[in-house]
Amino acid sequence: MDTGLILYVAAFGLILIGSAGIVLSSHLVRIIFGIALLEAGANLLLLLATYREGAAAPIIVDGRVPLTMADPVPQALVLTAIVIGVGILALALSLALRVQRAYGTLDMREVRRRLEQDIADEAGIDMPSSADAPQAVISRQEGQA
Amino acid sequence: MQRLSSALFLLGLGVLIAAILGTMQLGNVSPLAGDAINAAAADQVGAANFVTAVVLGYRGFDTLLELTILFTAATAGGLVLGKRRKDARRDPDSGFILRAGADLFFPLLLVVGIYIILHGHLTPGGGFQGGVILAAAFFIPILARPGTSLDHRLVSIIEGLAGAGFILIGLLAMLAGEEFLTPLLAKGQLGTLLSAGTLPLLYIAVGLKVGSELAGLLAHLSETEASD
Repeated sequence: MDTGLILYVAAFGLILIGSAGIVLSSHLVRIIFGIALLEAGANLLLLLATYREGAAAPIIVDGRVPLTMADPVPQALVLTAIVIGVGILALALSLALRVQRAYGTLDMREVRRRLEQDIADEAGIDMPSSADAPQAVISRQEGQA
Repeated sequence: MQRLSSALFLLGLGVLIAAILGTMQLGNVSPLAGDAINAAAADQVGAANFVTAVVLGYRGFDTLLELTILFTAATAGGLVLGKRRKDARRDPDSGFILRAGADLFFPLLLVVGIYIILHGHLTPGGGFQGGVILAAAFFIPILARPGTSLDHRLVSIIEGLAGAGFILIGLLAMLAGEEFLTPLLAKGQLGTLLSAGTLPLLYIAVGLKVGSELAGLLAHLSETEASD
């Protein structure tokens, strides 16, 4: 197996693992970590887009110009993307902190239920529910309200 | 039910990725813009590091917008976390090793961060990387001693001045009859510290802005009161 293929598989694997973390877990911090992994995979993929075996870094040191140089464009893109990723991660974590303080939990299913409850209470309406829902579910929701 | 649909989505994504991987040309892709930039950047921009030439020379406007994203994230973080209650409980000071390490690391990180910012046009590095190191230099002491805090007013002043400086350099290029953010000044000799025209100045502005924004954001995050 050559290095290029391993790196491609790693990039797509990171994207897949990150997506799995986002859609499968219900804990908010795990979702945020999934976003971070997805971001790492996307950055790696971006760098690999113009990967060339054995190319030197696109920098002239002591006036020596390397024979083949790597493409500087994706490197410049990823350079800023990483720093922005850190900022976004910090923002996401601070939002998670607020959720934890407001609802006392980071479980998204619980948070979503409480959120809908709050909205329904504020507007003075019933909890959103389907007309086809079994009677047992509806009565349970009314019992909670 | 939700689990099942999530698993199906992931399965689809995996198949899609495998299909894309199968059609991809692995390695030895010839870059279209990259080779042209590598050939022309030394004469056109005068920076020995071509990544810097791309970041600040060829797509400086993009970099300005990316700084805006970071600024928005930092502002929103401060907005979401809000002000700390006066009577909130603080974390205790950390152990001896982290405190001594923070004292030792502060000057080292400061020097390394400034070095990386100033040599951004010559060596791997630049304003973004050096700025993050500067932010770490100011954040580690807060981790070691939770009682101390960052002067948020000073941080936002530095941030504003750095951002204004970046735009001002861009506007000066327009005054000189060029496009916005065109590199100005003499290009100097390739590979020396005083070369590449206004690029080092732009990177200093980027470094200060990134450093102050991240330090402010991280300090805000660590200053929020622990939940009871």
